[in-house]
Amino acid sequence: MSVEALTLTLVVLTFAIYLYIGWRSKVKDTSNFFVAGNEIPAVANGAAIAADWMSAASFISMAGLISFLGYDGTIYLMGWTGGYVLLALLLAPYLRKFGRYTVPDFIGDRYYSNGARAVAAVATLFISLTYVAGQMRGVGIVFSRYLQVDIVVGVLIGMAIVAFFAVLGGMKGITWTQVVQYTILIVAFLIPAIAISLKLTGNPVPQLALTFGSIAEDLSRLQIELGLTEYLAPFQNMSALNVFCVTLALMIGTAGLPHVIIRFYTVKNVRAARWSAGWALLFIALLYTTAPAIGVFAKYNLINSFNDQTLQEARQEAWVTKWEETGLLTLEDKDGDGVLSFTADPATNEVVIDRDIIVLSTPEVAELAPIVIALVAAGGLAAALSTASGLLLAMSSAVSHDLYYRIFRPEADEKQRLKVGRLMILLAVLVAGYFGINPPGFVGEVVAFAFGLAAASLFPAILLGIFDKRMNREGAIWGMSIGLAFTVVMIVLMRSPQIFGTEAAVVESFFGINAQGIGVIGALLNFVVSFIVSRRTEAPPEEIQQMVEDIRVPKVLDKTS
Amino acid sequence: MAGQQETTRKQQEYWKKNIRLIRTLLVIWALVSLVAAIILAVPLSKVQFFGVPLSFWFAQQGSILIFLILIFYYAKKMDKLDEEYDVQEVILTKDPKDKGVST
Repeated sequence: MSVEALTLTLVVLTFAIYLYIGWRSKVKDTSNFFVAGNEIPAVANGAAIAADWMSAASFISMAGLISFLGYDGTIYLMGWTGGYVLLALLLAPYLRKFGRYTVPDFIGDRYYSNGARAVAAVATLFISLTYVAGQMRGVGIVFSRYLQVDIVVGVLIGMAIVAFFAVLGGMKGITWTQVVQYTILIVAFLIPAIAISLKLTGNPVPQLALTFGSIAEDLSRLQIELGLTEYLAPFQNMSALNVFCVTLALMIGTAGLPHVIIRFYTVKNVRAARWSAGWALLFIALLYTTAPAIGVFAKYNLINSFNDQTLQEARQEAWVTKWEETGLLTLEDKDGDGVLSFTADPATNEVVIDRDIIVLSTPEVAELAPIVIALVAAGGLAAALSTASGLLLAMSSAVSHDLYYRIFRPEADEKQRLKVGRLMILLAVLVAGYFGINPPGFVGEVVAFAFGLAAASLFPAILLGIFDKRMNREGAIWGMSIGLAFTVVMIVLMRSPQIFGTEAAVVESFFGINAQGIGVIGALLNFVVSFIVSRRTEAPPEEIQQMVEDIRVPKVLDKTS
Repeated sequence: MAGQQETTRKQQEYWKKNIRLIRTLLVIWALVSLVAAIILAVPLSKVQFFGVPLSFWFAQQGSILIFLILIFYYAKKMDKLDEEYDVQEVILTKDPKDKGVST
């Protein structure tokens, strides 16, 4: 069978499994729809969080990004995993004890204010929407590359699949589908990684081969010889201040992302919430500790297979000409000396490699069977689709539960709320599909925007709600609004060329901190403002203080008595 | 009334111990990530850790492993603390009507 036919078969097969699960776990009530009836076991919830969390960006782009950033790629590695420690220790158990459906639910009730609830719901909506647009684009790209369909057709197929099982199954269907999707994406990621590690170092465990082998040092030396940056040295591509701020912003942002937090409501109890954060990070770490190894191995391999080779020699490999056709790999003997050479200067550099082909080309470079290439395609799709469906549900609950039911129509019954929830998913799919087909020029930037927003708005409000009994409505609303407004304004000013088409950015950086890291300052402002305002205004009512006491201990009080 | 005060006192003690544990673990969290891999990155990159500089190892492998250990350690410790203070959860039967029959 050809690679294309194999890919198609594998993709159809995996989709059939997802649809079957979505149909099997179709639900009729809101508790099952939004929080899967609180009956997901901790390990399964961990796998679902991992699939939900790891998007097309983690699967396809991250290893490549790291291989180009070198040491500074740690902003993604530590930033996106370190947030789980904050989640597990500071938020998850207490939110589970509080036990409602959404993040705005907690903020609205804790701060006894529909205003706070509305701010949180709008933040949720915005964070999820910016995120989901990128996912739909990812689905479209994988489809168009492997199935040779137009990218628009690819996005449309993805929309139909996501809508079908998210509308039908709600959180329950999504959770079990995501468990399967996690399995597929991690197998697809690990097989080529193990193969390339074995081929280059003789050690099948990429993590160990990276630490205990000599290949990282070899690559670093090779890069210096070629006049590129030293791979293993810190701060070659970003300033130390920016590495610090971006890492911290991604950590705080991770802990504040509504579609991740919402997952901790789906488990049985507080204990399961704590453990499932650990399982989630274990499953994520499997990919996140492999990615830097792939980055090093693939780059070393690529440089070696091109540098000082003649064009003809390089093109003897089938995968070289195939990627050249896509335009993601460019080989050109500019100085006419008959051999290709890597240089730091774009004017004389003769090999240009797109970051996105690092992971996707690994199976071919390592000469693996076509079935592995098909598997990688299925894995990329699983990563993109699982994240998209989780985000859709977070958006749907923000609108149907927090805005419609809790604020506008408190008298709405179960059936009406479910209907609005499902309608919202459909609407969100349409909007996401639109952005997938017509991506705003700055999708990559918008991801940073989503994290900064979560860091500056939701995280401080939830944290203070649990750990500071004296925190009140005024403090939270002022803190969230100022943190949010500052972050939005700074990002817009720093990204004005992409957003408004101005010649240069209105503001270059905020005291040396760039747009990706600005969420840290937003979060800091939020904390400071909340603290000052709350201490100058009235303490929260007695029953709210009692509620804070209650969520601090796991014991469930018998509500029937 | 005395019983209620006793509960509050125990509850506060439990919370204090929880906070102390969280604080210790977060200090380690910051030390391995923000300090070892970023603030001390330049001096630590001169220290060799097997095939890579030590700060690089913390940045791209080590801190992730330590994050994992921190979360599982916390979950385990808290299970013990819950038991010690008798606040571990009772899983309610799903249907409240069942409960009525059994009591």
